[in-house]
Amino acid sequence: MKSSLDPSRLAPADMFRASLIGLRTRRLRSILSGLGIVIGIAAMVGVLGLSESSKSDLLAQLDQLGTNMLRIEAGSGIGIGTGELPDESVAMVGRIAPVEQVASISEVDASVYRNDLVPAGRTGGITVKAVDTNLLATLQGRMASGVFLDEAASDLPVVVLGSVAAERLGVADGSNGTIVWLGDEWFSVVGVMATLDLSPDLDRAALISYPTAETFLDHDGVPSTIYVRSDPDDIDAVRSVLPATVNPESPDEVEVTRPSDALEAKEAADQAFTNLLLGLGAVALLVGGVGIANVMVISVLERRGEIGLRRALGATRRHISIQFLGESLILATLGGLGGVALGSAVTAIYAWSQGWGVLIPTIAVAGGMAAALIIGVIAGLYPAMRAARVSPTEALRTL
Amino acid sequence: MGSVAPTAEPVDTRTVLALSGVTKRYPGTPPVHALRGVDLDIQSGELVAIVGPSGSGKSTLLHVIGTLDRASAGTVSVAGFDVDQLNDKQLSSLRSRYIGFVFQQFFLLAGESALDNVADGLLYTGMALSERRLLAEEALEQVGLASRMGHEATKLSGGERQRVAIARALIGTPDIILADEPTGNLDSKSGEDVVRLIEDLNTRGTTIVVITHDRQIAARFPRRVSLLDGRIIEDTGVVAQEPTP
Repeated sequence: MKSSLDPSRLAPADMFRASLIGLRTRRLRSILSGLGIVIGIAAMVGVLGLSESSKSDLLAQLDQLGTNMLRIEAGSGIGIGTGELPDESVAMVGRIAPVEQVASISEVDASVYRNDLVPAGRTGGITVKAVDTNLLATLQGRMASGVFLDEAASDLPVVVLGSVAAERLGVADGSNGTIVWLGDEWFSVVGVMATLDLSPDLDRAALISYPTAETFLDHDGVPSTIYVRSDPDDIDAVRSVLPATVNPESPDEVEVTRPSDALEAKEAADQAFTNLLLGLGAVALLVGGVGIANVMVISVLERRGEIGLRRALGATRRHISIQFLGESLILATLGGLGGVALGSAVTAIYAWSQGWGVLIPTIAVAGGMAAALIIGVIAGLYPAMRAARVSPTEALRTL
Repeated sequence: MGSVAPTAEPVDTRTVLALSGVTKRYPGTPPVHALRGVDLDIQSGELVAIVGPSGSGKSTLLHVIGTLDRASAGTVSVAGFDVDQLNDKQLSSLRSRYIGFVFQQFFLLAGESALDNVADGLLYTGMALSERRLLAEEALEQVGLASRMGHEATKLSGGERQRVAIARALIGTPDIILADEPTGNLDSKSGEDVVRLIEDLNTRGTTIVVITHDRQIAARFPRRVSLLDGRIIEDTGVVAQEPTP
């Protein structure tokens, strides 16, 4: 005679095997329902990855360009001023103690063309500016080719082109003495600048020195823009005294901006866009979860016979619900892994194509997997409860 | 779940199944009485056919005996355990160790080999898969399917599938095997093979209850219990049978 009744037991490995049965026998359906999760997670990982990668690129850029540069312009428009700064403003600014470098720019009333045959007016949007020879150093810019304007050539008809201007004028290399038609003279191109992130207006400009502008174009040399590099610790103090220093009579007509702020604002705008995309990713994930729940409910209905058999073999209700919950969880986990892989791949490829460093945040990967698991549990809970509630006698009567 | 001691005064140790005044009533208007006061004792080593037309209560009786359903009244004792005293979990445990089932629809798991389907007979006992597979090999040999172990179970012929299902019921050497219309989905030749296998297993000591509407098959078994409208109308009684060693 038996003495006791040991409880039904299902070893964890067997539980896992049982949960895989539905996925193995209904592969296409499982793949399709898991795809929703893949897309949702991939979207979230991709969006976070791309945003982080672009941000890291931007921070690197800011780091390189520095945030200690200020740009001073004369306010212009009705009743605000003439668009010109006082002649002595550059010297005045240079006397502020924490200011390290000052360079000015003056708009020149002339146009530059590829040659003297180009009809007047077809400037390609290229402006001509007279600049101080230390402008490149102040902007921390680089030359793509050739050299920048220097004292030695300050009185000669030489010009340095911004990257876009060079492209539009058909100057590939600034070091081989190409000539362009500027004003009413032939000017030699001595250099082409690399793209300037903090002053993109100079990318579309032809730069000449003040003496050159005066000699060849009869330019008055009144500055319109001044760039200032100051001690980073005193940047705010410098900023606050600049208007009054530049134009003591009407400081209100002076606009002081910090070009790096524009990059930071761009980043903030990107962040808002990222949040929107994240929201879309979350919606995709939700739809994916509903897809899994749907497939699981159908699966429970189809597999009533199997449920009945398992109950007859000694499965408790809990064993049945764990099996179906496990199935949903495995489906969501696989979807999550696929999504993380896809999202990372998209991030890596896009970041690589943009020349950014690839940065896939751990939070995106961990968060994506956690979201997939949570979705798996929620999606599987109801079907699992339904499966557990199936009466074995009714289940065995089906078919 | 704690262990459960068998009923204080177990029935005769050779009695594997004892039903007394078992009634099964399904609520409704009017309520349906599927079983009306069934008394039935089945001894170890018996081969019993429960026969009756459809609607006679055969399936309900099988479900009550198999502890898949509870009687509305009366007592049911299986393998020495009073079913009334056991909760749902304990009944699951009872089924996993003491009762084997064979169904008309086979209920084999797709995508699994014959061997693993048979091994699933002990799935809920917590026994390791390797151990279960060893026992499954033996069970498949007993039903003559040693050569089909690695085949996918659902791709075998009907007769072979039912033999896999029988092996699955046999694997844990349960006290009783309940077969619900085991030949119902088979052609006459495969059906005959399955009946012979059942007879053969019984001569080796397995207690088997076969539910069938087929009087010809029932007639071949040593004991027949006829059901009609939820009542036993005929029981040919226990036939002394010594299992061959």
